[in-house]
Amino acid sequence: MTGERRGVQEAIETERGSVGGTPELELATVGMTFESRAGQTVALTGIDLAIAREEFVAIIGQSGCGKTTLLRILAGLVRPTEGEVRTAGRSLWAGEARNRETLGKLGLVFQDANLFPWYSVEDNVALPLKLRGVPKAERLSRAHELCRLVGLAGFERSYPRELSGGMRQRAAIARALSYRPEVLLLDEPFGALDALTRDKMNLELQSIAAATRATVVLVTHSITEAVFLADRIVLLSPRPGRIRSLTTVPFPRPRSLDLVAEPAFQAIARELRHALVEGE
Amino acid sequence: MDRERLMRLLPWVSTPLLLALVLAVWKLGTTAFGVSPFVLPPPEDVAVTLVRLVQEPEVWLVHTRMTVTETVVGFLIALVTGVFVGAVLGRVLWLERAVRPIVVALQVIPKVALIPLFVIWFGFGITSKIVIAAILAFFPIMLNVMLGVRSVDPGHREVMRSLDASRWQTFASLELHATLPYVFAGMEVGIVFALIGAIVGEYLGGNRGLGYMVVVSLNALDAPQLFAVIILLAALGSVLFFAVNGLKRALIPWHDSVQQKDVP
Repeated sequence: MTGERRGVQEAIETERGSVGGTPELELATVGMTFESRAGQTVALTGIDLAIAREEFVAIIGQSGCGKTTLLRILAGLVRPTEGEVRTAGRSLWAGEARNRETLGKLGLVFQDANLFPWYSVEDNVALPLKLRGVPKAERLSRAHELCRLVGLAGFERSYPRELSGGMRQRAAIARALSYRPEVLLLDEPFGALDALTRDKMNLELQSIAAATRATVVLVTHSITEAVFLADRIVLLSPRPGRIRSLTTVPFPRPRSLDLVAEPAFQAIARELRHALVEGE
Repeated sequence: MDRERLMRLLPWVSTPLLLALVLAVWKLGTTAFGVSPFVLPPPEDVAVTLVRLVQEPEVWLVHTRMTVTETVVGFLIALVTGVFVGAVLGRVLWLERAVRPIVVALQVIPKVALIPLFVIWFGFGITSKIVIAAILAFFPIMLNVMLGVRSVDPGHREVMRSLDASRWQTFASLELHATLPYVFAGMEVGIVFALIGAIVGEYLGGNRGLGYMVVVSLNALDAPQLFAVIILLAALGSVLFFAVNGLKRALIPWHDSVQQKDVP
């Protein structure tokens, strides 16, 4: 597993973004323009990005730089006004319709957990399986397995209102993992959590990514979180959003929280911080 | 933990105490201050009359039954039409815009003022009261459903969209559940309004129902019976309200309005 990840990293280091074979996710000259009464707003322009299988990519940038829009494009929630999105070489959009098979390979976690308050944790986690017509016993046993994976064992029958913010986000991650997506897309999932819970969730996310061998794209406004978790960091500059730099993070996995204090880590974080400020 | 238990028991202790206080002040008013028994009959007279009334089969089989029938039938008509119209207006934006001025106008009319009209149109029988109960209950239900249909969390919609849910799946797993609390909020107001409509309808015409008994007691200047019937009406209102409330507790146990935990 770790070996494979390193292999992927080496490939990225030598060839920046275009790994041998078909990339898992691919954005080709993607642009997004919003029309409103006030006129046009170019949110994203000329985004070229290839993400390899099992790669962990973080997207950072100032607020309003279009990073959430970029993730929503990857998730197929909005269609880009320019360019193409491909998953495993297949286009995500066919005209106005989304490619259902491709969509089924994506798991999405939002800024808010967005759990349904009328369902218990197990029913929330099993919801995607219910929509896919998986029999009840089977989907509940899968939900219980996932609750153990994300550290929610014992809370399967609880309702979202009874959980803390961190626990709700765990349930949301479990829900996104329920149908074994090949790609996990996370939009600032820990933005609303306190620092300690956030550290803990970062460790858990790392081990979940390793256990599920999913390709992960994480949008975050925390440089530390990005450097700690990612194999590669995409820095977006604002108005219009475009890729300013790609940074490869060389640290081996599994990474421990002590890594954050090390000079090599600090150096990467500092460089990113400067680049972020320069973009202003 | 202990405090939580005390808070739960509090209403069970405070309610009898408050009732006893009201009765004491009432009794004091009739004895110490010499208020005329035509205005304020002594509580024990009311109690005796109440006991006599509840033993009369006619009170139950004719009058209470009539008022309950009018209220419940009117309420059910309002529920079906209110949910339907509310759901349609909530979803079809241009239609809602087109009829909004008229809906607002209808809403602000004091509908009780229309009751004599309905009596002229539908007679002194049960029909006019059912129509009145239905119209009074319709608006709170319709408006709540309209609000509910529109209040589905956009984040929840995105979850269903990202999971590629069909139209029907989105309704069954999301919209239905999200709208039910609003339906019940409308129903809780609606059932009380329906009872008001039935009673006021009975005031104006007919020869049956608890509202009719109020008018009869008033004409006979029988204050104890007037008080006793009012107590019966209050009890009836409570029973109907808690029937709806019980249904809500059974169907949406997850909702905030059901979970009466005190904020820590």
